[in-house]
Amino acid sequence: MIGALIMREVRRGLAGAAWMPVAFFLLVAGIVPFAVGPDAQLLARIGGGALWIAALTAALLPIERLIEPDRADGMLDQLALAGASEEGVGIAKIVGHWLTFGPLLLIAAVPASILVGLDGAALVRTLVALAIGTPALAALAVAVAALTTGLPRAGSLAGLLMMPLAVPLVIFGAAATGVDPGGALKLEAAVALLTLAGAPFVTGAAIRASRT
Amino acid sequence: MSLLLDGRGLALVRGGRLLFEGIDLALAPGEALHATGPNGCGKSSLIRLVAGLLQPAAGTIERSEAALADEHLALDRELTLAKSLAFWRGPRLGAAMVAFDLDRLANVPVRMLSTGQGRRARLARVMASGAPLWLLDEPLNGLDPVGATQLAKAIADHRAAGGAVLAASHHSLGDDWRTLELTR
Repeated sequence: MIGALIMREVRRGLAGAAWMPVAFFLLVAGIVPFAVGPDAQLLARIGGGALWIAALTAALLPIERLIEPDRADGMLDQLALAGASEEGVGIAKIVGHWLTFGPLLLIAAVPASILVGLDGAALVRTLVALAIGTPALAALAVAVAALTTGLPRAGSLAGLLMMPLAVPLVIFGAAATGVDPGGALKLEAAVALLTLAGAPFVTGAAIRASRT
Repeated sequence: MSLLLDGRGLALVRGGRLLFEGIDLALAPGEALHATGPNGCGKSSLIRLVAGLLQPAAGTIERSEAALADEHLALDRELTLAKSLAFWRGPRLGAAMVAFDLDRLANVPVRMLSTGQGRRARLARVMASGAPLWLLDEPLNGLDPVGATQLAKAIADHRAAGGAVLAASHHSLGDDWRTLELTR
């Protein structure tokens, strides 16, 4: 059942709006040079961080379609009857969401790095940091989607909830894109692992709580 | 013979209001129970409680594997009816689609189905699941007389095969049902 659910998430993601976060990511990256000016050195220094902000804002877009439609349509209830645990549903949602979000974002990071003037080495560091960070962004998006499902104004509430939760990830992720990252990459990986490990349980508990 | 559903002393609180208390439920193979009562008395909540989607405030509940048909469709609207039902992996999907006259709609997208056809699809999923305990919330809503007859036959076959049914409905379901009257 979990495998079928992952396939379903991927199919719905690709048939639906998987390109939207990517377009949003590129747009935010493209606005950065307009906002800070064409100073190449300055752009290259803040470029990695700017891409992280772009990635985080792009991760907010799909939240509304991750859990709420399935709650409203009784899908989550039927999954429970079919023997799938809520945590299992959370894992499937996270994996399925990342598959339609992470790889596309990594591809888009290549043109985005040109927009913010990153050189080759900085692009590689950014790709590694985003490759480690996007699964955690996907996990956070699913957990926050479950926490806000069924609430009025869930969309804006989810944004308010997710951005503070992503702060540790952004701190270490953006630091890992710099010239002298030190241990930032390892710390980013630690935060990402913690997020990935916790998110299915948060999602499961939130789905159960949404039924009462 | 062992019970398919055994609930004792069940109480349910929703939104700070006690819906019912002291409800005993037992269903042996072949039995059917009709929960009835006025609007808001907790019929649907009782079904969801038995399904495990709500937690009782008091009492214990044990049940075998169950399938639920409630007001929600829970099918992917962009897929054809056959594909969206197949997601649920019912071992008896083919027979269930024939029993509810859905086989001719197999290639119709779910979003194009009428209300009544959607109702039949929900019931077909329950039948397809092969679960011994059926939980039906207002199963006759939206069904035409032919659909109601098909449902009655499916339930009779299910009971004859050793299954049990718990249904909440305002309508009469048949003479061989026990009734559970919920009051407000």
